[in-house]
Order: sequence, then structure tokens, then C-alpha cells
Amino acid sequence: MSVCTLTIDGHAVAMAAGANVLQAAREAGIRIPTLCDLEGLSPVAACRLCLVEIAGSDKLQPACMTAVAEGLEVHTATPRLRDYRRTVVEMLFTEGNHVCAVCVANGHCELQDRAVEVGMDHSRLPYRHPQRSVDLSHHCFGLDHNRCILCTRCVRVCDEVEGAHVWDVGWRGEHCRIIAGLDQPWGAVDACTDCGKCVMVCPTGALFHKGDTAEEKHDDSSRLVDLVRARQARQGSP
Amino acid sequence: MSAPESSTAGKLRLATVWLTGCSGCHMSFLDLDEWLIELADQVDVVFSPIASDVKTYPEHVDVALVEGGVGTSDNLALIRQVRQRTRLLVAFGDCAITANVPGMRNRLQGPEPVLRRAYLELADGSAQLPLAPGIVPELLEGVIPVHELVPVDLFLPGCPPPAARIRAVLEALLRGEAPLMEGAEMIRFG
Repeated sequence: MSVCTLTIDGHAVAMAAGANVLQAAREAGIRIPTLCDLEGLSPVAACRLCLVEIAGSDKLQPACMTAVAEGLEVHTATPRLRDYRRTVVEMLFTEGNHVCAVCVANGHCELQDRAVEVGMDHSRLPYRHPQRSVDLSHHCFGLDHNRCILCTRCVRVCDEVEGAHVWDVGWRGEHCRIIAGLDQPWGAVDACTDCGKCVMVCPTGALFHKGDTAEEKHDDSSRLVDLVRARQARQGSP
Repeated sequence: MSAPESSTAGKLRLATVWLTGCSGCHMSFLDLDEWLIELADQVDVVFSPIASDVKTYPEHVDVALVEGGVGTSDNLALIRQVRQRTRLLVAFGDCAITANVPGMRNRLQGPEPVLRRAYLELADGSAQLPLAPGIVPELLEGVIPVHELVPVDLFLPGCPPPAARIRAVLEALLRGEAPLMEGAEMIRFG
């Protein structure tokens, strides 16, 4: 397997060809904030938090979707990137209805954690207070669109790991939302196996176990990572 | 942000203000327990729903902790007065910073659907809309974070901000320093 040597924030990193810049940064112990990324799921660059600067290019690139290359010079934490990252988190907070205090995921929420990480003590953008719905038609789980950040982890885990493909993304722009089946109530979709992997990987309180109240939903995405690793170990890594 | 110096040679003039919030931030302030006694030695509380009977917001306030978003005509008049008469305005808690739980009414789009929902549709009996012009303040179209209306000098998040976080901010201000607002201990929402 060929190896590329690149620099990330001035540190030389050797990485197998085919890896992406986010993996290389992690290998080098350089933290890049993420939300949509999860080991075991294919990258989609939905959240835009991992944008990095590549020397020689004016265009910012998502680290999760940028392949490592020989001589690549990556910067992950310039003032411009720090400001953009905070703005991205502010946009996520203001375009939905995130009321941390009364959320099932309060205290265990990746969005809440990223706000701290990017130094968001308030939003410089106005809150939009959109009208969004809650789907409680499934007998075990609920989906609160108010808290959804469209990371699509649920879509990918259901398709790539469970193989049921219950979830998809419907509509566009401010109307964009996660849909079950052919935009049906979740409980009416026969393909759902009730496995709960979507709830497990949801970074916020958008997907939750019915009966959980404020602060009771814990971040279980590491369980999914363990499951994928165990499956790969059994089947032989691709 | 410049740290405040007290306006007279005497103590720092402190105000606390309660707009559209549940008073939980003020309760958390009271959770400072015995440190309140030390604080009382170092500040003059010139306006506060929990520590003063003064009804008119005074002039020359050094620091104001403002709890709650701006949701009524009364809130709006008061926050403008607070900004005008205060050197350092602190948005105190998630409601002041994000509109938070009271802001959930913004989705109903305007005061009428909100009042109808709360006082008519959900009433057990004797349903009627509150109406006392000049006494009960009118609801604004929505609940607005303080900094969307007037400049804010410091943001102190939390629902409520834990007492230790409030203390860390006040201690820095009393030393004449700007508090360092970073990390989960100081800026976590919720």
C-alpha cells in the first residue's frame, strides 16, 4: 500500500493513500470538530464543521471528503476557519428550535458540545423559530424535527449498517427534512426493523426513545462504532 | 469589553433584572449561599427583584445581570432604560441569550394565538383572555434575545447558569477584570 506524506498545521503525517484528511489529522492527534462524521459510516460532508484550508487553493475543503495526497499542506485552525466553524454552529442552532434546557439530550448532545468547543456564548445570527413537526407514530421511538441538524447519520446507518433504508432526505433549502419511507409516518414504514441504530447515532435529541424526558438520552454513537468494528473483524476489513 | 470600575469611590453598583424568564437564574444567584454575604460587602444592590424594593431603574449602574428575553412592552421599555443607564450589561442565562423556553411561543406567530392557546384552549374552566390595558403589559410579537435589541457586553449562558459560573463572573468583575468565558464550565447552554 502506498503512503503519502502531508503536513497538517506544520506537522508531517504519513498516511496510507486512500485515507482522508480527517483521518490523517486524527492520526496526528490534531482535533478537527465534526458532527456528521461517524466511524463506520460513509462520509458526506453535511455539517461543514471540518472545513480546512489547503495551501494553493482558495476553496475550503471538508477534511472528511478530501483524500490525502503527497505534499498536501493542510491548515485546520486558522482565524478564518475558527470564525467559520463558530458561524456554522450558530447556523445550526438558529435554523432549528434547539431548547437545550428541556431537551432529552441535554448534557449528552454533540451539538451542545460543539457550541462549547467553538466558543459560542451567543449567536450572532438571529433565531428563525421555524415551524417543524414531531413524529411519534413509531411504537418505540420518536423524531423531533425541531432538533434535527440534517447530519444524515440516521439515513446512512439505516442504509449501510442495518440495510433497511427507512430514512432519506426530502425537500430542499429551509424545508429540507429527514423523511421515513416515502415521506410517511415512521410507524407506517414496514421496512423499519425497530433496531434503534438511528437513535443510537443521532448526535442531538432529534431521535429518541419514547419515555425519555429531559437529559435522559445518552450519546450511544460509540456503541454503533463498536458494532461496526466487531462486524469488520468477523468479516475481514474491506 | 472593558471591565467596569465603580462609578463612585464606593462600592460597585449592581442591578439584577428579570424580563421574560422563569426566575431560575435569580434562584441560581441565590444558590451562591454564604458568598452572598461577602458579595454584599463589595456591592450596592441598586435594583433587583430579589434584593431591593426599588421600582425605577436607577442611573449610573455599573453591572446589570439581565435574566430573560424581551417578550413584553414592559420588558422592552426596561431593557432600553437598563442599556442607557448601565455600564456593563450581562445577558444572564439562556432566555436572555437565546429566548430559550419562552421563545418556544414564537412558533405560534404572534400574541393572539399564544393567548388563545394558553387562556382559552387549555383552560379548565372560566376561560377568558387577560385584558387590563396599562396594568398587564402587552406581549410582543415574539420573545427576542437581549442582544438582538441592545448591545450586550457579556454573555453568561446556562439554564440556569450554575452558581459557580455566576460567582466566577462576578469575582472577575469585582477585580476589575474581564472574565474568561470559555469551556464547558463557563459557556455551556442548557
